[in-house]
Amino acid sequence: MRQMIRSTTTALRRDPAPSRLNYRLQRLMLTPMIRRLLRVGLPLGCVALVLAIYLSDQGRRDGIAMLIEDVKSTVRDRPEFMVKLMAIDGASAGLADDIREVMAVDFPVSSFDLDLTRMRLDVAALPAVARVDMRVRPGGVLEVDISERMPVAILRSRNGLDLVDRAGIRVAPLAARSARPDLPLIAGTGAEGAVDEALELFAAAAPLSADVRGLVRVGERRWTLVMDDNQSVLLPESGAVQALEQVIALNQVQQLLGRDVQIVDMRNPRRPTLRLSEGAAEKMREIKVMELGDD
Amino acid sequence: MKDLYQSQRAMRAMRKAAMQRGVVAILDVGTSKIACLVLRFDGPEAFRDSDGVGSLAGQSSFRVIGAATTRSRGVRFGEIDAMQETERAIRTAVQAAQKMANVRVDHVIACLAGGAPRSYGLAGTVEVEGDHVRDQDVARAMAACELPYFGEGREVLHAQPVNFALDHRTGMSDPRGQIGHTLACDMHLLTVDGAVISNLLYCIKRCDLELAGLASSAYVAGVSSLVEDEQELGAACIDMGGGATGLSIFIKKHMIYADAVALGGDQVTSDISKGLQVPLATAERLKTVHGGVVATGMDDRDLIEIGGETGDWELDRRTVSRAELIGIMRPRVEEILEEVRVRLDAAGFEHLPSQQIVLTGGGSQIPGLDTLAPKILGQQVRIARPLRVTGLPQAATGAGFASAVGLCLFAAHPQDEWWDFEIPADRYPQRSLRRAVKWFKDNW
Repeated sequence: MRQMIRSTTTALRRDPAPSRLNYRLQRLMLTPMIRRLLRVGLPLGCVALVLAIYLSDQGRRDGIAMLIEDVKSTVRDRPEFMVKLMAIDGASAGLADDIREVMAVDFPVSSFDLDLTRMRLDVAALPAVARVDMRVRPGGVLEVDISERMPVAILRSRNGLDLVDRAGIRVAPLAARSARPDLPLIAGTGAEGAVDEALELFAAAAPLSADVRGLVRVGERRWTLVMDDNQSVLLPESGAVQALEQVIALNQVQQLLGRDVQIVDMRNPRRPTLRLSEGAAEKMREIKVMELGDD
Repeated sequence: MKDLYQSQRAMRAMRKAAMQRGVVAILDVGTSKIACLVLRFDGPEAFRDSDGVGSLAGQSSFRVIGAATTRSRGVRFGEIDAMQETERAIRTAVQAAQKMANVRVDHVIACLAGGAPRSYGLAGTVEVEGDHVRDQDVARAMAACELPYFGEGREVLHAQPVNFALDHRTGMSDPRGQIGHTLACDMHLLTVDGAVISNLLYCIKRCDLELAGLASSAYVAGVSSLVEDEQELGAACIDMGGGATGLSIFIKKHMIYADAVALGGDQVTSDISKGLQVPLATAERLKTVHGGVVATGMDDRDLIEIGGETGDWELDRRTVSRAELIGIMRPRVEEILEEVRVRLDAAGFEHLPSQQIVLTGGGSQIPGLDTLAPKILGQQVRIARPLRVTGLPQAATGAGFASAVGLCLFAAHPQDEWWDFEIPADRYPQRSLRRAVKWFKDNW
């Protein structure tokens, strides 16, 4: 019978067999999942733990944030990236002042700190600016290219006088009509929507320009040409220019407007109608009576 | 019987799972050594470029990536004798093989030499339902085999259909789809002692491994050592192990008989130990280094230092002539071979057309056996080494690894066994739909 339970005192030959624990551990280590975990997960975990411990202190976190900020500012503040002045092209002096005020940039400033998109929107929001291009030119110049809105007419509204461009957009307020005698005057509700037509009419009315005071938009559909001496020409909705030319032709032949006529009604171009002033109408009636005799 | 069927099916499912994972271990629990091989299944020709070894009769679908051998402990006559010791030895082998393979194995296919295997030839006959043979008919034919009483506590290890006969035609390998009336089936059944299997199962389970297959070592040694012609024409393979000598007879690529003699190299060693009054370890060394079975005149003058470390000068400085050693070994080897001869005669081996006998296993390496064996077993004897398989280390290509290599082949291409076929409809568990359908068909 073999000795079943070995006494501990006898010097045993080393048993080559692995213990159960050793065997299981080796098998565990050969499991692909565990191997991957050990090879990748463990180092990652250690690094993460060290980082977490290191960063758990507020002072260290602030120090790191400051360091990053320092490095950033050294790059940002290099002279190569500094913008020293602004060049505004294509704007009148007053508008340039407005633009400087709106952009509110203190030079010199780093080009990283310039928010060109926002500044562009700000500038484009100015009424007098039609289009704006911005770029930082090499050499540290912020170049602002402006195309200004050109005022073509004066719009009289309830709030006073405004300069408007061809599209009817208000460009600037105007203190007095006499400040811009070169621009025609338009008025009435919806006048700013038909500036183009008004300009055509003014062009057509050039022979009468000395007497013309302005155009009034009536009912947001047609124009009335207002002249000195309370005379006015009511123009139709369509074909206004032809109607006006007809009136001008009549005026040149028969001095129509030199006579005591208050209103030339051209709303129906095939049937021009005249309204005489009160005195003239009385006189006309007397002449008729005189000619035909009293009945 | 039914639960065996279930457990064998479960083992087949396990083997399939192992194949899916691609790694399976081979465990040969022998009396003198425990060998563990780790196989990787990568599909055929996966290693063609790196290896230069071409396809080996289709056996190159796997590669041995780990191999380890350890001295067996706690195993006698191919059966587990001291479970703790055996478990430790298995752990040693598996751990070393895993380390070499650098991969974890969970499934193991094992073989056992002992357990007093007994062979039975069964025959079953059924009438074919319908005009041609279907899977169900094959299943019924096998189920119709009358099971002999093979004793209390014995388990079926192999149940392989070896022959099908349809009407007057016999020798069919696959009768399915053929037209006939009577289907007969011959089945070879191998039973072993159930306790031996459960001991092995317990040991393997204690090592956190799952058993994916179980085979008789005599059978797998035949698979690896017999060349294809021998398997086809008929041959006996004698696996001379340490504690048991297995023998298996093959014909037409099927094993038709297997048996084991509970004698082996260990008896030779113990004879030497007793005869020369030396410890077993010394006797084992003398046997392997100087042993032989045929003495010549030269051997009388060949004096062997026995050696020893008892401290007694007289005892430690003894010498023995090689002729004396041979004189001790030869009778025992003759006894083993004669016992094998008796078993072969009992099996009716002399009636087979081919009388080829192939010796393999560690015991077949005794010098002079090729002279001695023909005197006892007949003229057609050869000493074989197992088939070469890809990746097997040189140290594990010897005759002693015949069953391990055979298990590799068994793992790659298991023979169809009874449990690989369909279950006949009337054997299905209750409430089976197919059974209901069959009842319906039979009654209307």
